[in-house]
Amino acid sequence: MNGRFVIVLGLVVAAAVLAFPPAAAASHEIVIGLQCDRTGATQVVGVNLCPGYHDYVGLVNSKGGLNGHKIRVIEIDHEYKVPQGVEAYERHKKEGAVLISLYGTPHTYALTQKLTEDRIPGTSPGFGRADAADGTRYPYIFPIAATYWSQATAAVKFAGDQLKSLRGKKIAYLFYDNPAGREPIPVLEELAKREEFQLRLFAVPPPGVEMGAQILDIAQRYHADFVIAHLFGRSPSVSIKELRRIGYPLRKVVSFVWGAAEADIEAAGGYGVAEGYNCLEFAGVGENYPVLNEIREMYKKEGKEPPKEMASTVYYNRGVLIAAIHVEAIRNALKAKPDGRITGEDVKNGFERIKGFTLGGLVPPLEITPTDHEGGGWVQVWQVRGGKLVRETDWFKAYPEVIQAELKQAAMKKS
Amino acid sequence: MIHRECGVLKTSYEADMALYPLPIARWAVGAIAAVMFAVLPLALGEYYLSLINLVSIAVVGALGLNLLVGYTGQISVGHGAFMSVGAYTAANLAVRLHAPFWIALPLGGLMAAVIGALVGIPSLRIKGLYLAIATLAGQFIIEWLINHVTWISGGVQASIEVPRPRLFGFEIASQRAMYFFLLVCVVLAIVAALNLLRSRIGRAFVAIRDHDIAAEIIGIDIFRYKLIAFAISSFYAGVTGVLYTYYLGVANYEQFQITVSIDYLAMIIIGGLGSVLGSIFGAIFVTLLPILIRYAMEAFGGLLFSPAALLNIIPNLRLIAFGVLIMVFLVVEPEGLNRLWRNIRNYFRVWPFAY
Repeated sequence: MNGRFVIVLGLVVAAAVLAFPPAAAASHEIVIGLQCDRTGATQVVGVNLCPGYHDYVGLVNSKGGLNGHKIRVIEIDHEYKVPQGVEAYERHKKEGAVLISLYGTPHTYALTQKLTEDRIPGTSPGFGRADAADGTRYPYIFPIAATYWSQATAAVKFAGDQLKSLRGKKIAYLFYDNPAGREPIPVLEELAKREEFQLRLFAVPPPGVEMGAQILDIAQRYHADFVIAHLFGRSPSVSIKELRRIGYPLRKVVSFVWGAAEADIEAAGGYGVAEGYNCLEFAGVGENYPVLNEIREMYKKEGKEPPKEMASTVYYNRGVLIAAIHVEAIRNALKAKPDGRITGEDVKNGFERIKGFTLGGLVPPLEITPTDHEGGGWVQVWQVRGGKLVRETDWFKAYPEVIQAELKQAAMKKS
Repeated sequence: MIHRECGVLKTSYEADMALYPLPIARWAVGAIAAVMFAVLPLALGEYYLSLINLVSIAVVGALGLNLLVGYTGQISVGHGAFMSVGAYTAANLAVRLHAPFWIALPLGGLMAAVIGALVGIPSLRIKGLYLAIATLAGQFIIEWLINHVTWISGGVQASIEVPRPRLFGFEIASQRAMYFFLLVCVVLAIVAALNLLRSRIGRAFVAIRDHDIAAEIIGIDIFRYKLIAFAISSFYAGVTGVLYTYYLGVANYEQFQITVSIDYLAMIIIGGLGSVLGSIFGAIFVTLLPILIRYAMEAFGGLLFSPAALLNIIPNLRLIAFGVLIMVFLVVEPEGLNRLWRNIRNYFRVWPFAY
């Protein structure tokens, strides 16, 4: 009896909920589908990134929206599971979303074909498939931030700058042993050939919390001159702790974007332990950006405290960056159709016209074009110094010709 | 009720062996088929069909796992990996040899059957938890191989895009087309399972589950039937993987990790071990319950929490509610939803009389 009752009740509720949206649609609300992970394997990202997204959109709406059209964000948590992600996408589509903010590499792969068929753009900032930077092959997938290939080239460039020259140096690549972790390997190997440095790979098997042997190898047998780390979830903090314990200088370590947040440093034992650790970032870090002040103002006007998530600036700012680029794309789309009846295709074209939009330094100087959906692949390096993250370099990108060659090769393999 | 079971006289073995001996059961099955094939696809929107599609895929996998765990009494924690075997076999066939889906689908299943039988070899010597660990090892080995052998996985990203399946020049791409495609597969899977279970093989499975030594003494070749059970069950898993691949348009190994194996075990335990209907109930329950909980919370959560807090609370509360509901159902009826359904049915069978 119970089972049927619950299901029937659920269906009734579902029907009741779904009956409402058509009434709201009349005011040309623009719907964005936001996939989130607040409870799954990478929940440390989601709990801070998604509030940032909502706050930026809230800020835009509090100023009257875009040309008078409000933006509605429908967030669905998919627990980092693919079937839930597929369901979330179908629901977003049903609610009329013109843009999907994907979250998770497997989800990006799973939804690429559907997004393309349905002509709804999806963004995969900092994760997903690196070859989606090629807009001619994947017209509806937008990485909008540095892919793993761009992060790899940037990390090598940074290592080269720190070591003065790469020739004959020993570089260790410490990575989480899954497709996302392995994706940059061809690029790193190509760079090793080109810059004549020695590259050795150190895989950390999932779940990535056990890497004593790899670290020992890196520090005491291989004697690496520089370590490039590409880890997820809990493992970045473990790597910091282990490297520190063995006495490896952390200023000779640079981490990819998902091992580069306050949460990782705190989990490793605090800023004192992580002193010197270098982080690649695709969004500006810290609290001193005009847009963040505006968000604080907005909360003050409502008589509320700014949310505590703002303190976790790396992920929060990334949420703001993603939302800001989305809003820019919609703004561009509205230029063509001011009545607000935009489609996914319009938003796609809107993305491809984004240029010179920096949000006071929080967003890199990206330029998204119909062929380059990555927008250049810009990163900054931030270093843990004296109890906080300090900006070490300005926005930069490196070896674009290597990435171009890699993209070309990927396209060849496909056809 | 409206039908009577007395006066149903069976005069032949065929009648006794029939899948649905009672006329009402046949009508019910016919009615459900009519609803599924004609009414639902016309009445429902794409979104609801997409939910049914996810359930359909899960039904095939749960059925296969139930054949092994529920009917033969062997446990497997490696079904996620068998699905990936099917998925990558089909994807490679589809991309390299341009095989159509009606070749890639059974071949993906067959490949999974072969690998499944291999992983099932330890079942000849060990049982229960030990077998669970042995199949767990199988899961990790297969995962590792797919992740690292680029000949299988098609590159370091370990994902292969497959073209949409085509039938008579018609591309199966929309949720509606996919719905019919998956429904036909589910029907085939259910009919095959039902028939298998009333055959010699099915009876051997049950004998092994109930007492393997006794089964051996009455002349059942345990070696053979255990491996057959693994092979058939893995065939279903492989087909699930292929269906999933065609549904998404990409084979990606991260969709078949250990949590998937656990999810499917949860489905058959909640649905009811050793029951075809239970597998279906379990697949529906585990797939749809989180979604229904979310809808319920979106509708009523606003009464208690502020919108910003709600966004954080919904996913967490959903996990808790999901766990609690599973426990409630298992406490109410340890033998699963199928038993619950039978209790309800038996109650109404003699209704309004108590006996």
